[in-house]
Amino acid sequence: MKGELTPELSVLRDEIRQYARDFGLDFFEVSFELLDYDQLNMVAAYGGFPTRYPHWKFGMDFEELQKTYSYGLSKIYELVINNDPCYAYLMKCNNLVDQKLVMAHVYGHSDFFKNNYWFSHTNRKMMDEIANHGVRIRRYIERYGQQKVEEFIDCCLSLENLIDYHSPFITRHRKRVEDEKSQERELVQPTRLKAKAYMESFINPPLFLEEEKQRIQQKLDELKKFPEEPERDILLFLMENAQLERWQRDLISIIREEAYYFAPQGMTKIMNEGWASYWHSRIMTEKACSAAEVVDYADHHSATMASQPGALNPYKLGIELFRDIEDRWDKGKFGPDWDECDDVALKSAWDKRLGLGRQKIFEVRKIHNDVTFIDEFLTPEFAEKHKLFTYGYNKQTGEYVIESRDFRAVKERLLFSLANFGQPFISVDDGNYKNRSELYLIHRFDGHALRLDHARDTMEHLFKIWQRPIHLETTVDKRKKVMTYTGSKHEERILK
Amino acid sequence: MVHRIDPDTNRFREIVRGKIKQNLKKYISHGELLGKQGENVVSIPLPQIELPRFRYGVQQTGGVGQGDGDEGSPLQPSAGQGQGAGDQPGEHLLEVEVSLEELAQILGEELELPRIQPRGERSLESSTDKYTGIHRAGPESLRHFKRTFKEALKRQIMAGLYNPERPVIVPVREDRRYRSWKQKPVPESNAAILYMMDVSGSMGNEQKEIVRIESFWIDTWLKSQYRQIETRYIIHDAAAREVDQHTFFHVRESGGTRISSAYQLCKEIVEKDYDVTRWNIYPFHFSDGDNWGGEDTALCMKLLREFLLPCSNVFCYGQVKSAYGSGQFIKDLMEAFPEHDNLLLSEINNRDEIYRSIKTFLGKGR
Repeated sequence: MKGELTPELSVLRDEIRQYARDFGLDFFEVSFELLDYDQLNMVAAYGGFPTRYPHWKFGMDFEELQKTYSYGLSKIYELVINNDPCYAYLMKCNNLVDQKLVMAHVYGHSDFFKNNYWFSHTNRKMMDEIANHGVRIRRYIERYGQQKVEEFIDCCLSLENLIDYHSPFITRHRKRVEDEKSQERELVQPTRLKAKAYMESFINPPLFLEEEKQRIQQKLDELKKFPEEPERDILLFLMENAQLERWQRDLISIIREEAYYFAPQGMTKIMNEGWASYWHSRIMTEKACSAAEVVDYADHHSATMASQPGALNPYKLGIELFRDIEDRWDKGKFGPDWDECDDVALKSAWDKRLGLGRQKIFEVRKIHNDVTFIDEFLTPEFAEKHKLFTYGYNKQTGEYVIESRDFRAVKERLLFSLANFGQPFISVDDGNYKNRSELYLIHRFDGHALRLDHARDTMEHLFKIWQRPIHLETTVDKRKKVMTYTGSKHEERILK
Repeated sequence: MVHRIDPDTNRFREIVRGKIKQNLKKYISHGELLGKQGENVVSIPLPQIELPRFRYGVQQTGGVGQGDGDEGSPLQPSAGQGQGAGDQPGEHLLEVEVSLEELAQILGEELELPRIQPRGERSLESSTDKYTGIHRAGPESLRHFKRTFKEALKRQIMAGLYNPERPVIVPVREDRRYRSWKQKPVPESNAAILYMMDVSGSMGNEQKEIVRIESFWIDTWLKSQYRQIETRYIIHDAAAREVDQHTFFHVRESGGTRISSAYQLCKEIVEKDYDVTRWNIYPFHFSDGDNWGGEDTALCMKLLREFLLPCSNVFCYGQVKSAYGSGQFIKDLMEAFPEHDNLLLSEINNRDEIYRSIKTFLGKGR
């Protein structure tokens, strides 16, 4: 499948790489490959990794990409893989301007991958790792049969989002907990019958005391919760505690590892695309674009930035925010002076000529993710300028309607949609519920109910792994409920 | 080109086909496929397989958008599909295009239909031309440019006349290559389907719809079995006439019923257009079984016995239940021909029975 760049393109690549360097981008080397559209669609269907494990889901994505491409509904221009070196795939049939734009865009992504803090824990040799996963899963398929392995993968994929997105950055103190436990053990004292000293060894024989101590300890252990703290990394919990065969455990670990690898890309979608777009636009308009190419470039760029009426385009939001930040820090529109100023005229003419913009955006790309990015840099002026609003579903009309243009509401809704990828927070509360090793999950309710049919099906999948009844505490229509899947049927009860 | 992803795609298609297969009955009885016939493909919108997850109920989430509009004004329909929170609303509908051949294959698998064996003496041989090789002589219209050019290039390189700096290649007479062909015998068998439908007053829209759906599936299956299919349509009340497909399915007549008129017309058509030694003949007759009088029924039996049954592969009679019909005709047929195994009878009481009826008609493999 290797598609080397044509001589013409490699000259352009060298040129653009130099521009990117000159602008101060610090990227992983990028290895470009030229693919035709069905190869590109294939790679895209595999999430960028042509050696990924076999699964029908990828086939499904592929069919969709092929269909939408051949009907002219969508088109992938490029694909970048977070890896060292970075891999980037270009569409063979793109014209030269597009290729230049895309290459500039790719260097932006590569810089982001290398420098953004949220990517710092991702495996930079993921290309190899994923190939490894593929080999392992293929081996399991050979040994245990496609049907069996595929079904298990289906289960795991349906739980793929149940990981703790922040856990790579937290060191859990499991060991210390163990230590405390053994200390506690020392502290347990059996009840002694009252006895005179010389009778002590007869009335309270050491053997009896020891047994008594153990009995009490056991009771205490039973009372203790397992896990001790609610566990958000449900896949990890299953891996460590479910009754599984080795290959199944390995499969969960593979799915989990890949989920963690892809997580930062979801957490920084707006920033990552904004950053890459910012740089392709600067490189193209200031350096790489020839006069003859400007119109084509503008056409492509505006198509990428276009937002459908009512929808938010991460490329657009990202690039505009970066530009806004650069402008504000160039002109000094920040800090107490700026915040305290109420004079609109003064504000609009504000320019302290600090020239800190460039430095600031590099700093922002290093430490932020989408949530903190929006939280910190979305300003009322920005929201107004870009006509942001919140929308919601109107049950009466069956339509989505604009709800509000209030800055607070917009920001809150945007942050909600980004936090945890807009997915519900669910954690394992008890792995030994009612002392019957049933699994008790809690959905931390934040005003938004779960989709119940999906929740039920997911619980069935969970059951296949945990093999004991699954409970899920959630809130439906403002009432706390416990949904249960017993292995044969679904039940519900309302919590008081 | 073979791709690494092909096994996955095939796996997905298999699952989808599994879906189609499980739903096939539904499709047959609801006739959903019929409206969407394109050029030899039928598109079936299918829900994309979506693995369940813990996720928010869709309609509650809403999101943030960008653009003009007052508070309270509705968004464009596309808005919900944007980068809103959670997942996109609505089912993912994926249109899976199934070619008619594939559909026939699925139908065949599902109904366990045997492949049809054309009647021995009626399978004919014809021949087709196939381009199989390259010759040094031939008509100019079949000249193979690329091969000719290659030969010239070879010759020039051998002779040392080729200059890469100035790559001019001039083919001469000896360089010319031509496509050559061979005649291949191809066994051929043809089939004629004759649909007859009772359009008398007692056949309502529902009855016609049943006939329409059943004919579609029969057509699809037989087309997959024969190279060439001719379809003729006859409608009858008290008198019969031949019509085109559109009329056949849409006409609403009223009046009495004389089935013999249709059989007579059918006989005439076969005699005129289809040499029974060369054609496989499939008459299908759909009626509510309410014939006018025993005399006409007797005439029908005579036509069947003397001509239609002997010349047909199978003669199929489907009796659609209607509010008015007596349903006598099928009983008469059963009495008259208890021994004929190429007369196939089936009663179709409602849409769900189409499925079984097709199996009765086509399950014999003849």
